[in-house]
Amino acid sequence: MRIGVVTFPGSLDDSSALRAIRIAGGTPVPLFHASDDLKEVEAVVLPGGFSYGDYLRCGAISRFAPIMSSIIIAAEHGFPVLGICNGFQILCESHLLPGALTRNQGLHFVCTDQALTVENNSTLWTAGYTKGQRLVIPIKNGEGSFQASAETLAELESEGRVVLRYADKNPNGSKNDIAGITNARGNVVGVMPHPEQAIESLTGPSEDGLTFFTSVLHSLVGR
Amino acid sequence: MALDTVAIASQSPEAAQPWRELGLKEDEYARIKEILGRRPTASELAMYSVMWSEHCSYKSSKVHLKQFGEKAPHSDALLVGIGENAGVVDIGQGYAVTFKIESHNHPSFVEPYQGAATGVGGIVRDILTMGARPIAIMDPLRFGLADAADTRRVLPGIVAGVGGYGNCLGLPNIGGEIVFDETYAGNPLVNALCVGVMRHEDIKLATAHGTGNLVVLFGAKTGGDGIGGVSVLASETFATGKAAKRPSVQVGDPFAEKVLIECSLEIFAEDLVIGIQDLGGAGLSCATSELASAGSGGMSIQLEKVPLRDPSLSPEEILMSESQERMCAIIEPSKLARFMKICKKWDVTATVIGEVTEGKHLEITFNGELIVDVPPRTVAHDGPVYNRPIAKPAYLESLTPTSLPALDSAATIKSELLALISSPNIADKSWVTDQYDRYVQGNSVLAQPEDSGMVRIDEQTHLGVAISTDANARWSYLDPYNGAKLALLESCRNIATTGAKPLAVTNCLNFGSPEDPGVMWQFSETVRGLADICLEMGLPVTGGNVSFYNQTGSVAILPTPVIGVLGVIQDVRTRTKMGIPAAGLQLIQLGNTSDNFSGSEWAHLHGQLGDHAPTPDIAMETRLVQLLLEAQPLFESAHDLSDGGLAAALTETTLRNNIGATVGLPGELIPGGVAAALFAETPGRVLVSVAPANVAALEALATKFEISCHTLGSSGGDALVINDASITLTELRAAHTETFPRLFG
Repeated sequence: MRIGVVTFPGSLDDSSALRAIRIAGGTPVPLFHASDDLKEVEAVVLPGGFSYGDYLRCGAISRFAPIMSSIIIAAEHGFPVLGICNGFQILCESHLLPGALTRNQGLHFVCTDQALTVENNSTLWTAGYTKGQRLVIPIKNGEGSFQASAETLAELESEGRVVLRYADKNPNGSKNDIAGITNARGNVVGVMPHPEQAIESLTGPSEDGLTFFTSVLHSLVGR
Repeated sequence: MALDTVAIASQSPEAAQPWRELGLKEDEYARIKEILGRRPTASELAMYSVMWSEHCSYKSSKVHLKQFGEKAPHSDALLVGIGENAGVVDIGQGYAVTFKIESHNHPSFVEPYQGAATGVGGIVRDILTMGARPIAIMDPLRFGLADAADTRRVLPGIVAGVGGYGNCLGLPNIGGEIVFDETYAGNPLVNALCVGVMRHEDIKLATAHGTGNLVVLFGAKTGGDGIGGVSVLASETFATGKAAKRPSVQVGDPFAEKVLIECSLEIFAEDLVIGIQDLGGAGLSCATSELASAGSGGMSIQLEKVPLRDPSLSPEEILMSESQERMCAIIEPSKLARFMKICKKWDVTATVIGEVTEGKHLEITFNGELIVDVPPRTVAHDGPVYNRPIAKPAYLESLTPTSLPALDSAATIKSELLALISSPNIADKSWVTDQYDRYVQGNSVLAQPEDSGMVRIDEQTHLGVAISTDANARWSYLDPYNGAKLALLESCRNIATTGAKPLAVTNCLNFGSPEDPGVMWQFSETVRGLADICLEMGLPVTGGNVSFYNQTGSVAILPTPVIGVLGVIQDVRTRTKMGIPAAGLQLIQLGNTSDNFSGSEWAHLHGQLGDHAPTPDIAMETRLVQLLLEAQPLFESAHDLSDGGLAAALTETTLRNNIGATVGLPGELIPGGVAAALFAETPGRVLVSVAPANVAALEALATKFEISCHTLGSSGGDALVINDASITLTELRAAHTETFPRLFG
């Protein structure tokens, strides 16, 4: 099962996402921003990092990469897309997901082992979790505060589209403690925590992130 | 101003030149004229002034540093030694690791964010230049008193700069130090360490050879930032009443550097370069003269081809600019097209600015006019060498022994311990380290506050490296010879505590003004101590950095040799962490405590320094390292006893996993009593936790290596209990963690 990971200029967690796919049992496929060729992958991960240095709004330039035009079209037809951190920001800039990620409330970059609860286990990327499951996954970002209009928030909540919520402590001022959301169809998911950094207990705080990658593999096999 | 050419310089020998403003001394200017047989052109003067600065030429330290060569131990591990951008060591399985530590002290005082950011950027390029992929960074930082107003200006900016640049590069920040002492007020120390990995066959060197080969400048465009950074900024003390030095600080663009890293690694993978050098201190002056002098000597450069951010720059300014994120490569003409294609893929500007020539001179033209014509060695390597006066400082004659309170009740044990662990030097540093990404790249096995940072090198074989940086500047102040040795021993102990074997050493020697004979004595003693211990321990020094002039007025910083040790671990899965992992374990102290509080944090807390540093016991420390490595499978946790002694170690090891401990310290049996047991910083000690079933095995090994082994108590509960003093973990955590947010949050 081929899953792609896009490298934008300034992507940082692309190698970790490729490793996570491999450990989950998939075939990782590196994709480059400057080509619109999805190389027959069956799902794609937009990894964390500082694409284009985040000198403009995070994700605002990457959203216009040639690969994104292919991804946006595919996503509208149910193609699975996971955006992690900078990838989540790119998905918001692409309008595949609503809302925006703004500067953390404390104004600092925050790297910490974050407790989370799974709110929605019906997306392609979270199907392997149980609802209400508690996870510990690193967050590491400077602009992770999820903001949206009251109307959008109400819609996300009423439709059950909040995927992950911060537990114990909201690290950045995100509305409704939101750490991750999905589109209505459940194929596009954006999360601020880094599941690809919680794959092995040797190098991460847990192995709680692996299920994101096994979930999508199982979902694809089941199709 | 008219262009000052070689022809004009030859015809106007008496023209006045601003050598003094550029930081040169009168005899140095005379020496340049003697080398050239005429006065230098304005551009030549610019080049000599930056390359002959203290920062680049090591003119005050050279006579001492040569001991590292003279006393170098035989080492099969050393692949590239001192003199290149960074040393390279063999860690087995075909992997080579390069690591180095550098200072960016002066720029970080003037402009904390950019100074610290470009400090990270510079050391990362040094590692990249060797052909290696950078895999981790560490930042030992030192500041004035934590509650001083200027510390509140400098610290948040420096931390944000280290994080802002390093996080954006995708390099995990896995360790370092944060230390406060009033002598660093006005002279904060920002040292940055980077480690990189490559295959043996991929090592690259800074050399230009092969007539007709091209000199290519790639990366960011050249701007007016950082002009004179190494000379007017890093090689002078700060004084009031002078012009602002902010324009001498470089401005960093981490995104440009990240792209430059990926572009360079792709270029290396296709073996497209003959030699490569990064542009850091002294910019193009340094890169061209060093590349040429490491090759056959001849090089011609057309300076007008250098892409500029600011078209108004003069040739001298272009030569001196320290604009960041630039590299200079020597490539064969047949490989240019492929080189340019990779640069285009990553949107990196690349320009051919010259070529390697047959002659022995570095010739630089500007729009066809010859403005530099020098033997490159005279710029890069034949700078002045000073044997500066040395005198043992008078303060050493007036030191007084410590006189500290007795810990005669549970109440004093508790109050002294809480005061110590909440003091800024011992308090929890996560307010700082949580601003650094420690996870990126997915190979960080250990990161701060663990004893050493550890990174996995190979996912299949589980090979890894560990790194630790250490200094105890107060011991160095009391006894610089032994202070340097103690710093190295502590660093080795930190490596072995996590399960890795010490392999090689780097250093960053931060001192006051070399023109002060007392400072020079501290420096010479430090180098002598370090060279001696490296020889005794059989550890090669792979490179280092000297930072002088960390001095405001007549007050020099404490002599601060920061020692970095690299270790190798065959299987990272076996590493030992510092936190006690479970209840019911036996807590054992390896090594003996002695009754000396000099230089300790507890004495510092009571406003005392003391009169003598501990005497290093190298034979014992070597056996301790052997014991740590052999007994490693028996340890459930291990933590070096250093700053803050056993009190700090118990705090850190219990709070890590929120598991309490009960220990009994028989004051009557320990020299110095409970106070020494808790607060002395006697070197050569490690706190370990061991399953009860393994205690006998550990004791047997300790006997074999002649290391004493003291059972202190056991783990469990929700308090730290020391004799009859009980502190709940909640109380302990509040004291330990609230200091930094209160001061800086």
